[in-house]
Amino acid sequence: MSAAVPHPLSPGSRAVGARDLAWLTGSLVLVAAPHALRAPWWLMLLTLCLLGWRFWFALNRAPLPSRWLVLGVAAVAMLGVWMEYRTLFGRGPGIVLLVLFAGLKLLETRTHRDAAVAAFLGYFLIITNLLYTQSIPTAALMCVALFTLTATLVGLSAPQRGQRANLRTAALLLAHAAPAALVLFLLFPRVQGPLWGLPQDAYAGMTGLSDSMAPGNLSSLAQSDAIAFRAEFAGQAPPHAQRYWRGPVLWDFDGRTWTIMPAAFTTFAPPQGGTRYSYDIVLEPHNRPWLFALESAASLPDRSRMTLDGQLFATAPVRARLRYQASSAVDPAPGAGEDTRLLWRARRLPPDSNPRAAALAAEWRAASSNDAEILMRAIAFLREGRYTYTLEPALLGAHPVDDFLFASREGFCEHFSSAFVFLMRAAGVPARVVTGYQGGDLNSVDSIITVRQSDAHAWAEGFRAARGWVRVDPTAAALPGRVDVGLARAVPRRESLPLMRRPSLEWLRGARDRWEALAHVWNVWVLGYNPERQRDLMSLVGMRDADWRALTATLFSVLGLMTLALLAWSLGRLVRPDPVQRAWRAFCRKLAARGVARAPYEGPRDYASRAARALPASRLAILRIGVQYIRLRYGAHPSRPGVVKLRRMVRGLRLA
Amino acid sequence: MEDPLEVRRAHRVIDALLHRHPKVANWAYGFTPPEHGTVVLVHRRVYILPNRLGWMFGATLMLLLVGSINYALSLGFALTFLLAGMGLAGMVHTARNLARIAVSVGRAEPVFAGESAQFRLYLDGRAGHDRPAILARHVASGAQLVVDVPGNGIAEVVLAVPAARRGWLPLGRVMLETHFPLGLFRAWSFVEPDARCLVYPRPERSALPPQSAEAEAGGVRSPTPGNDDFAGLRGYQPADSPRHVAWKAVARSDELLTKQFTGEASAELWLDWQLLPLGLGPEQRLSRLAGWVLAAERRGVRYGLRLPGVELPPGRGDAHCNAALQALALHQP
Repeated sequence: MSAAVPHPLSPGSRAVGARDLAWLTGSLVLVAAPHALRAPWWLMLLTLCLLGWRFWFALNRAPLPSRWLVLGVAAVAMLGVWMEYRTLFGRGPGIVLLVLFAGLKLLETRTHRDAAVAAFLGYFLIITNLLYTQSIPTAALMCVALFTLTATLVGLSAPQRGQRANLRTAALLLAHAAPAALVLFLLFPRVQGPLWGLPQDAYAGMTGLSDSMAPGNLSSLAQSDAIAFRAEFAGQAPPHAQRYWRGPVLWDFDGRTWTIMPAAFTTFAPPQGGTRYSYDIVLEPHNRPWLFALESAASLPDRSRMTLDGQLFATAPVRARLRYQASSAVDPAPGAGEDTRLLWRARRLPPDSNPRAAALAAEWRAASSNDAEILMRAIAFLREGRYTYTLEPALLGAHPVDDFLFASREGFCEHFSSAFVFLMRAAGVPARVVTGYQGGDLNSVDSIITVRQSDAHAWAEGFRAARGWVRVDPTAAALPGRVDVGLARAVPRRESLPLMRRPSLEWLRGARDRWEALAHVWNVWVLGYNPERQRDLMSLVGMRDADWRALTATLFSVLGLMTLALLAWSLGRLVRPDPVQRAWRAFCRKLAARGVARAPYEGPRDYASRAARALPASRLAILRIGVQYIRLRYGAHPSRPGVVKLRRMVRGLRLA
Repeated sequence: MEDPLEVRRAHRVIDALLHRHPKVANWAYGFTPPEHGTVVLVHRRVYILPNRLGWMFGATLMLLLVGSINYALSLGFALTFLLAGMGLAGMVHTARNLARIAVSVGRAEPVFAGESAQFRLYLDGRAGHDRPAILARHVASGAQLVVDVPGNGIAEVVLAVPAARRGWLPLGRVMLETHFPLGLFRAWSFVEPDARCLVYPRPERSALPPQSAEAEAGGVRSPTPGNDDFAGLRGYQPADSPRHVAWKAVARSDELLTKQFTGEASAELWLDWQLLPLGLGPEQRLSRLAGWVLAAERRGVRYGLRLPGVELPPGRGDAHCNAALQALALHQP
């Protein structure tokens, strides 16, 4: 044993070259780029500076900064993150810190191992991007990053090799990985997460309706182009004006804000009559338990319940894209009566709020003989009031209903519904606000209705003894165009609609339809692959009720077969001895068994003549095999029949 | 297994174990040393294990998997599984980088004790793809070199193995190792080709002994060829030193001619084991004799060598010198 010799292939001792460093840095920039849109700008700038600094060291061949300096930079940056988020934990600050650590790790990257660890960190950063969005463009960008990171790893282990060849190797590796990845994706036993509590901000940024409504809530939501859900109808979809997707029902009013009542569930009684529609909904996660269905739901989706006020609830907040089947009856037969406590609740108003509106309602009450008449008066009042529909309503004072009805006279659906329900309650008619979505775009490519946050809507329901709860859309009453043609036509042209809602951009919407049809397929088949879909797939191939043991067994057998195939590939590409050589070796083995082994230096002619002398009984056969072998091996044109003949001669050689 | 010290410690334990049971060793290594001719590293002989980076990669995969489950990230699963598949493919590729290489050895020129024997190994890829970053390491001495074997080509590895003692120096066990392409796995294999290098005794510088009594007493001065005076040209014989070829004459005619010299120094010199002082040990004697052989060759005198049981008649030239040194190297006192 000699003294310590450094291992030249050891990742711990091999210095990383400028080329591999460049690839590593580029990959990390690629992975961190989407975070630049979300993280504080100064942190991204700092990370870029760290990368640039590392490159300066590489170009000048200067020794890297001391560990203390790096730790100092880390401490300052962590302080900055704390100042920004007031915490170091949670999804946002955690990811920002990871990006920063990637930059710092690069700053102390000296060896192959350091660089490989930074590349692993890069793989991990890929998944942090997926926490925010799993859209097709993100997936494409992350595929590019995955490729460059892998090419970096290959480059690290072959620093002398050309990068073009390394890129080829990386592509080959990923191509070989793909089938195994597909099998793992389909067969790996899926568990429904989460395994433990997630950070508080894990679902921040999910938009959707809330459990309360104050002036300004919905109109800000309506400026978002984000998708709320998609609905795929089995047959014809109902017309735009009948597509009321029911969401939270608001009961309690404090003079300004409407809120839901605590969820109380009832046994589901399907409505009678009406036009039936059945459809599938793919709901985007919105971190609330409620599900959306057309009014009135005629069946309960799996694992859902219905509240007293007719809203569908999932068993847990929807935090992953959810697909469910629903059916509805539009314009059903009149429903049953209602609990008196609920009716009392539907008449309750805070004292001394909005006095002018309350006075108007009392006037109607005195002049009308029944509830239906009051309803008609209210609708007529709104229609004749020349109200303006706007996404940017004026700010309202202490009595928002009064201000809206008599002063500003402009508002969004929340103002109309709020004012209407207030008037009803003040006149003694039970009424409640219903929020949800109205309408939705029919995609011309795949005939799927896409409902966006900009379709958010609020309407009202009034109770009539004979007919139960009756839907009234005050916005539609005041502005008939709103529910027939959608938001775009109802809002004056000068206001800032979401880009895609502008009528002048019709051609852009066609392109978007196609893109969204593709995205829907992606959502359903790639992102929506969950334990249930896995069960469905397994029963498709004949494995009913496949539990995790059956899945694991299948998975490992398929993976084993794949590895064998890969091994066969790695062997098959290597040169095998040709048939002439194989026949000659068989000949040598036969003779060796009789005690005449070929010496390493012995040529075929010498060997054959020596063997012929040693075994005179088979002299002729041995000599002829020798001659045939020499002719095939060294002759100008080895012929196929000649090879066959040699093989037959060797097989037929009988040594006494 | 990266740390050289760690590698050595593990090797030492295994080596001790295998040394006691040679049959087990032959089974484990997949061959019975020494191996004649070209050695092909069949799959059976290629070992593969994840290295430290490989374990770290595995830990990263676990983190990714747990994160994907926890956040129900479909693309996270896809990424995790793609990386897992890549690890699997990387394992096969790493073994492939080494498997089916044909190792053959070249001739190792004799060296003097104390120098390094230059063993030449030829790694024949025998495949269309290249095999980058292959380490050849001489197990006993730690001599090592990293080579890239080109596709359909041969790479030469020269291992400088220190030659401590005279005699035949067998090459011994050579380890071939690679981490390509991902650096997550270490594949290795052992070969023990039948190669040896002749090691001459370490030459000792000392004055040449006086010329032998027989030559002086002989009286008759036959014109023995020497180095001093030019005596004429004769036809070239393969044993002649290239220094004595009459290159100018060759340029005029196509015939190789050798210049002949005569001289006083052409007297015969006997380098005799018996003439050395009694106090010297056998190795010292051989060292001094080796030094004398070199000095005599430099002077151009004809010299003979007498060892117990061996006598080399006087002669001159490279072949004679090598024969004398070989006799010294292989002498069994």
